Amino acid sequence: MMQKLPTWADVVLVPLISLLLAAFVSALVLLAIGQSPSEALKVMVEGALVSPYGWGYTLYYATSFIFTGLAVTIAYHAGLFNIGAEGQAQLGGLGVALVCLALPWPHWTLALPAAMVGAALFGAAWAAIPAYLQAKRGSHIVITTIMFNYIASALLIYILVEVLRPDGQMDPASARFPAGTKLPTLHEIPGLSLIFTKQVPANVTLFIALAACVVIWAILWRTRLGYEIRAFGKSEAAARYAGISPVKVTMIAMLISGALAGLMAINNVMGESERLLQNASEGAGFIGIAVALMGRNHPLGVLLAALLFGFLYQGGAELGLWTSIPIELRTVVQGLVILFTGALDQMVRMMLGVVFRTRRPQAA
Amino acid sequence: MQGQGTLGRQASAAPFAIELRGISKAFGPVQANKDISIQVAKGSIHGIIGENGAGKSTLMSILYGFYKADSGEILIDGKPTTIPDSQSAIRAGIGMVFQHFKLVQNFTVLENVILGAEEGAMLAPSLSKARKVLGDLAREYELDVDPDALIEDLSVGHQQRVEILKALYRQADILILDEPTGVLTPAEADHLFRILNGLKDQGKTIILITHKLREIMEITDMVSVMRRGQMVATVTTAQTSPEELAELMVGRKVLLHVHKDPATPGAAVLEVENLRVVDDQKVERLRGISLTVRAGEILGIAGVAGNGQSELLEVLGGIAKGSGTIRLNGKELDLTGKFSDGRSRRADGIAHVPEDRQVLGLIMDFSAWENVAFGYHHAPEYQKNALFMDNDAIRADTEKKMATFDVRPPIPTLAAKNFSGGNQQKIVVAREIERNPDLLLIGQPTRGVDIGAIEFIHKQIVALRDQGKAILLVSVELDEIMSLSDRIAVMFDGRIMGERDPATTNERELGLLMAGVGGESA
Repeated sequence: MMQKLPTWADVVLVPLISLLLAAFVSALVLLAIGQSPSEALKVMVEGALVSPYGWGYTLYYATSFIFTGLAVTIAYHAGLFNIGAEGQAQLGGLGVALVCLALPWPHWTLALPAAMVGAALFGAAWAAIPAYLQAKRGSHIVITTIMFNYIASALLIYILVEVLRPDGQMDPASARFPAGTKLPTLHEIPGLSLIFTKQVPANVTLFIALAACVVIWAILWRTRLGYEIRAFGKSEAAARYAGISPVKVTMIAMLISGALAGLMAINNVMGESERLLQNASEGAGFIGIAVALMGRNHPLGVLLAALLFGFLYQGGAELGLWTSIPIELRTVVQGLVILFTGALDQMVRMMLGVVFRTRRPQAA
Repeated sequence: MQGQGTLGRQASAAPFAIELRGISKAFGPVQANKDISIQVAKGSIHGIIGENGAGKSTLMSILYGFYKADSGEILIDGKPTTIPDSQSAIRAGIGMVFQHFKLVQNFTVLENVILGAEEGAMLAPSLSKARKVLGDLAREYELDVDPDALIEDLSVGHQQRVEILKALYRQADILILDEPTGVLTPAEADHLFRILNGLKDQGKTIILITHKLREIMEITDMVSVMRRGQMVATVTTAQTSPEELAELMVGRKVLLHVHKDPATPGAAVLEVENLRVVDDQKVERLRGISLTVRAGEILGIAGVAGNGQSELLEVLGGIAKGSGTIRLNGKELDLTGKFSDGRSRRADGIAHVPEDRQVLGLIMDFSAWENVAFGYHHAPEYQKNALFMDNDAIRADTEKKMATFDVRPPIPTLAAKNFSGGNQQKIVVAREIERNPDLLLIGQPTRGVDIGAIEFIHKQIVALRDQGKAILLVSVELDEIMSLSDRIAVMFDGRIMGERDPATTNERELGLLMAGVGGESA
């Protein structure tokens, strides 16, 4: 029989121990390839957390992961596993590019809301088709969203090569966005520039991501819509009994999910590369699944998990730069973190269960 | 001289078929069994009775090797025995008939009987041996089942016989039956009791676990009562009464019969004409139902589970679609379109306590307060403004309802799954009744609910009727139908077989209707 852990242990202790286990196994891998784990840790921490410069990158990655993590989270609460955040983020990038290239935007404050609408609409539209197929035809959303990732990728290549690529340019990318769409980085924001003294990729999108955490939390736990989403996600039969429309909930949850994934493009396409590149989302959609899993599908957890993965991303890049450790090891470490926090956390929970049971036989 | 040997041994040394000494079992902080001792005489039928969660199933699981007791001793035929797994239980001569049968649906009876007891790699010798043994058993105990029939083609009563045959084929001397009559018609239950008496006459020992007092009184020799993990009494059945047993189970005096005044029916509230429902497999589940429920009366729908009662509730409650006519207070309801969902039905004044509270009526992971709003989450008093729900208001309302309906523990933030069956049902009943509906649909109101809560829920239903509301009651418990209803309609195979007055009908007559008229063959 499964022993219930105290909430604090479940929320704090389980992820922490899972992480330590992942770090431990990562260290073993490093030792096996003849590298020093302590040296690697030092490089990662220094490169990602010690300098404002490192933070600038860590926060930049974290911003993207917050969006995709939230996208997976809201779909999860409706009982839908959205594997398609990657494709939805790519389409979001297309939405951003079309908006940014449509007008000679005078100032970023005008371009940003319009680009957000474009990103959200395109991301949501890309999620709408699998959602409709699930709601009306029962086609499993895991399968369809995976397929839509491939379609998105192929569609983007076609559009970049045939439509958006300026004449004479060799690489499959759009033209550079007008200067008026340039989002301020943390270095360019008054006040914050005292901390981020050098140019960093983290930009104002970070604040939109933080706001999104609050909004998604409020939707899920404070509104009728969130109530219906959570009820439907727990039991479709009961939801039907309560008069909750399965079609409506499936569609709305997936549209919000797709919109969130699409919004990620504000960060990387508008905020960083300032033009639309091939494969701009760089797997952040998939990282979002791990972030949501590790964040226990709660916006606050997603925020923390996104920061952790931001650290792993940036720290891993530093490893590639400053040590002879191959950059592929970054993927290994991420894989181990996902394995331990996402797949094996039940194991940790069971071990803790034993500890807690033996610790309080008199209390019962 | 024949039979003298066993009789003599029984009289002199009197080794009990089963003796448990000081059995205890805890799950974490929950003490499921506490120092239980029981002696079951050879060749007797011994009843074990208790409320849900009293620890009956745990005790039997220990006896059948599913759980290991933390402490205590098991003696079979006077010999100390350890039962680490079900194979050992079978070797010790214990056979178990579970409430939910463990049969392979697309195997024949014969194949199911030898499953796990095959001798050698080739099936043919085992099958022919089993065929012979089954023939003998059928003659001896009225256990006739066609050995070549597929399980999926058999009625529930026959499937249960296969389970008993399986145990006997493995030479069980001790047969444990867990709530065996829950799925049977009265006639099938009578047949089962004849089988059990026959087995007893042959010297088999039978342990019958049930919550039905009537069965205990009818068939057992001795009865043990469990309450909160403890064995509170073991008495000779002939020297006790249902009232005494109920009091022992609950720990206080319980009214077993509902007191209600004669109904004073008013105008028709619900009128159903020629209602048909076809399920996903294109099977017609309701084949033209017509009925009327008036204000201030309880119409009870009797029937064996699976004869269309669930579909009737679902289409009335807006869960399933149907065809035909349903009028509520004279207004025709939408059966297929936009307004055929549960939300519209609630707006029309229909409240629905579904048959399966854990699957339909509650979200088990939701807290009690979230469940109190379930289905009524659009209610104006639960909204803070156009955007947000007023969670504080729902919690306050939940506290109020918990007090009125004596839900324990009265903690609105506790998840539904952490309440007992009876308290879960009280949450659902409170939510639906307190909406003051014109029509209450209530399915299996007391399934898996302990006696104390049954009494309470029955009182609430009668009180609602006395306020002039219409109530459609569906239950597979004939006792409940007969004591609560003002009129009884019997359903069989998607049709209403007839209506009876509870004052003038009897169980035998209803039982025949439940089996599909003149069904003497069952």
